[in-house]
Amino acid sequence: MTGLGPRAAALIRRGLLALFFCWVVTAGASAGTVRGTGDVGIIIERATGRVLIVEHSHCSQIGAVDGLGDLSHASAVFSRDGRYAFVFGRDGSLSKVDLIEATLVRRIVQAGNAIGGAISADGRLIAVSNYEPGGVNVFDAETLDLVADLPAESGGRRSKVVGLVETADGAFVYTLYDAGEIWIADVADRARPSIRKFTGIGALPYDGVTLDAGRYYLAGLFGEDGLALLDLWRPDAGVRRVMAGYGKGEEPLPVYKMPHLQGVAVAGGLVFLPAVGRHELLVADARSWAEVARIPVHGQPVFAVARPDGRQVWVNFAHPRNDTVQVIDVPSLSVAHTLKPGKAVMHLEFTPKGDQVWISARDDDKVRIYDPRTLAEVGAITAEKPSGIFFTARAGRLGY
Amino acid sequence: MRVAPSPGPALALLLAALPAHSDEIGPAREAYLANLLTQDCGSCHGLTMKGGLGPPLLPAALAERDDALLVETILDGRPGTPMPPWRFELSEQEAAWLVKRLREGVQ
Repeated sequence: MTGLGPRAAALIRRGLLALFFCWVVTAGASAGTVRGTGDVGIIIERATGRVLIVEHSHCSQIGAVDGLGDLSHASAVFSRDGRYAFVFGRDGSLSKVDLIEATLVRRIVQAGNAIGGAISADGRLIAVSNYEPGGVNVFDAETLDLVADLPAESGGRRSKVVGLVETADGAFVYTLYDAGEIWIADVADRARPSIRKFTGIGALPYDGVTLDAGRYYLAGLFGEDGLALLDLWRPDAGVRRVMAGYGKGEEPLPVYKMPHLQGVAVAGGLVFLPAVGRHELLVADARSWAEVARIPVHGQPVFAVARPDGRQVWVNFAHPRNDTVQVIDVPSLSVAHTLKPGKAVMHLEFTPKGDQVWISARDDDKVRIYDPRTLAEVGAITAEKPSGIFFTARAGRLGY
Repeated sequence: MRVAPSPGPALALLLAALPAHSDEIGPAREAYLANLLTQDCGSCHGLTMKGGLGPPLLPAALAERDDALLVETILDGRPGTPMPPWRFELSEQEAAWLVKRLREGVQ
């Protein structure tokens, strides 16, 4: 490599290595190409209103779709056939993206300000959780026509809605941030939706997720220590507080980014939760919710995501410690590895069987791909300010 | 703030050519702050500042509030809400610069 500096040579070596592990195929899925979507996903480019279509068999970009609007905090769900992504934009938009044709099928702006959404268990309905006006709008997944408008009104005031998920029973569950309530909306009768309300679940619930393959609904609280748990097998038993007072007597640190509960790690019979305002990962017994451990980590955790087999939990952190990802070894409940995937790590997504983990480094304009076993970087995708990464395997999971 | 012996004419000329504040924010720092505003403030207030979990910070939304209050909110946060203090990494002058950007409208 005469004439090249050591840096360039290292880059080339790294490139060759990436090539070795992950054949970079530039020929994308041009329209008309016959292919499945089981290995396909999208990367949100939050600042440019674009999503990249990628595949994880060869770690390449196979398309891009523009014109999706303000994608800060955007998330996505997938049609049950894995062909379409439904992208929820902060600007209240709902976009239906065809992953095969790489086209924007339809985009509607359904509210002033939205946070995320869900697809019903039968795949026919898309529900969107809105901040402004606070509530949930439900759409036909085929046409994106409005099916139901469910205002989140409590005590005469509209509340922002977070943590919207679908249940196996065909309902949607969501949390009212301002009101501190969990609602279950059954829209089986489209003309007459019925809503069951659980009030007084705790102060400022900031997110909600399903656990245990859809049995439980768990909402994290910002305004107090602990989480609110609803057993969807036995909703009559009501919402109970778990991990109450995990920070008793300690002043929490200011929070520079809210933890996100989606992908919350359940591994080896344990639940791994980001502690709000603490440099800790909380570990609880998944059955009894007894606190098992607190693992000191690099910063305030944002995502704590388990490798699909539960052997490792990967954690990223809030600003300004967001250049780091730590890998928790589940059997020993300790930090096994610390990685620096780049500036402003936003999100982590495992491939369905856990042979790769994709990590977005927003301020490096890169998504870096690692082998969780060896921690080797096996590929990378260039993206402009990438944030969320979503693979179509989510189509088959409740709450994803 | 210069409280120093009166400078000679040549030095006075030189000072006049410099920006009004000796500790002017440099271009690199401005770029950092602009990114911080869009991306990190934007994670709660929206990339276009139209609001999110945090309230909107559009020029119209801030019109009624004076600079001092906004600078204080940035530096010290708002206890009882998720708004954290940023004093650990921002100076008063930098917070004021962010407020100015917000008033002009972030694009």
